[in-house]
Amino acid sequence: MSSKPGSAYICGAFEHPTRLAPDKSVAQLHAECALGALADAGLTLAEVDGYFCAGDVPGATPLVMADYLNLRLRWLDGSELGGCSYIALVEHAAAAIAAGKCSVALITLAGRPRSNGESVGVKPRALSVDRPEAAFDSASQWTIATMYGMAAQRHRHEFGTTPEQLAWVKVAASEHAQHNPNALLKKKVTVADVLASGVIADPLHKLDCCVITDGGGALVVTNEATARRLKRPLVKLLGSGETAYTNHGGQVDLTNTGAERSGQLAFAQAGVAPKDIQYASIYDNFTIMVILQLEGLGFCKKGQGGAFVADGNLISGRGQLPWNTDGGGLCNNHPQNRGGITKVVEAVRQLRGEAHPKVQVPDCRLALASGPGLVLGGGHAHATVILERV
Amino acid sequence: MAADHSETCLNDACLNDPYVAASPENLPFWQAAAKGSFLGKACADCGRFHWYPRAICPFCSSANTEWRPLSGQGQVYAVSTLRRVSTPYTVAYVQLAEGPVVLSNLVDMGDAQMAIGMAVRVVFRATPEGRMAPKFTGMA
Repeated sequence: MSSKPGSAYICGAFEHPTRLAPDKSVAQLHAECALGALADAGLTLAEVDGYFCAGDVPGATPLVMADYLNLRLRWLDGSELGGCSYIALVEHAAAAIAAGKCSVALITLAGRPRSNGESVGVKPRALSVDRPEAAFDSASQWTIATMYGMAAQRHRHEFGTTPEQLAWVKVAASEHAQHNPNALLKKKVTVADVLASGVIADPLHKLDCCVITDGGGALVVTNEATARRLKRPLVKLLGSGETAYTNHGGQVDLTNTGAERSGQLAFAQAGVAPKDIQYASIYDNFTIMVILQLEGLGFCKKGQGGAFVADGNLISGRGQLPWNTDGGGLCNNHPQNRGGITKVVEAVRQLRGEAHPKVQVPDCRLALASGPGLVLGGGHAHATVILERV
Repeated sequence: MAADHSETCLNDACLNDPYVAASPENLPFWQAAAKGSFLGKACADCGRFHWYPRAICPFCSSANTEWRPLSGQGQVYAVSTLRRVSTPYTVAYVQLAEGPVVLSNLVDMGDAQMAIGMAVRVVFRATPEGRMAPKFTGMA
């Protein structure tokens, strides 16, 4: 592909260890994440000249954290694409770096929905009245859980995907989370445990849903010269893609996601195929979403995601596709109800050989991080990055 | 008659509904709904119905869109009942006979009836804000 975005490298990655932070402000959490990622890279705040954030940042503008951290910037990006923003922002940072507009790009995410007592899955999503669909959609009192529940029902209707197959996604996440001392849920669970956990929204059980946690994360993206100067393994952005997948004027299709388009773009740019990927971080807000994305990204054929995830196929060291080895959003962490940044962080750990030894993929050289933002059905964004250790 | 109806709606709870007030382009929908009529937007140029209703056709970009009566008939595309709340309720995507898929609720139906593919028809229910919203129920 001729559109390779120069060379951008992820040189810093940090996941805040907290899962409950009632005594910290959201700005403080952003700042702690920023400093964590910069320390990981061996850089300082003074060297940051590009700042990238999304809707979770205080004031919903990059200016507030730029002021809090006293950043001296020449590039700002506040793209709000929901939970996948931080995957897309890696691509945005790479584009800005390739254009020479910045050289040290900082991306942060933080929030404390757990301290605030949010129960986002079962609470009707409040749409601001100026949204043109709000008068129609809000009347249904839809929640995130009913939206993904409907997707699971439709997938079962079309392809026979069973609650047991959905449960295997959670089983794999828990198998990995037991080795993560920071994971919110460290207990291994079985398919039977998932099915016995009570229905939230048909057919999704409590354990088909991700955790709600305080915390956050940060990434530092830089150019090749800076990356080579730092004393960290080189993690190169090989390809990336982002898209919007909407309702298309009322042509709703709950078995397809933006993963197909963002994946195609990323794979084409990287010049690799799904079979080449040694480790995959795939956003797991709900078990069904992992199945939908595995199909969209091309790890299996459409309709076969249920069979693909069954019997431990996503478990590192056992299955065909080691996935979410930190325990993912289902068990480890879902800070501010946004899973994008932790997906990139764990992919970087795998490529550096810094994942937990029990889940580390041997000689991991090629990894993918992918996920949706905002809500399936209601219109979502999707972003994918493919990373290589060079 | 149309002018009379507008006058009525101006003094009606429906215009105090903040969702209705925010989208003047869709006032005819809510005025009709208040009288139990189900309208949709179709494009006079490409002929297709879309959903949610908008001034510009999402398929051909024409501004020549017009309100047309919908049959109110459809079938369930997807359905999920929210159980982990004090009063469970059912959210569904319903595919209208005219093509578009609408996010709504299934009401006054038993669990066994609420299945993908089930034929349903529109009914209107008041929202807490005051507008009459389209919901769907069984054909019987």
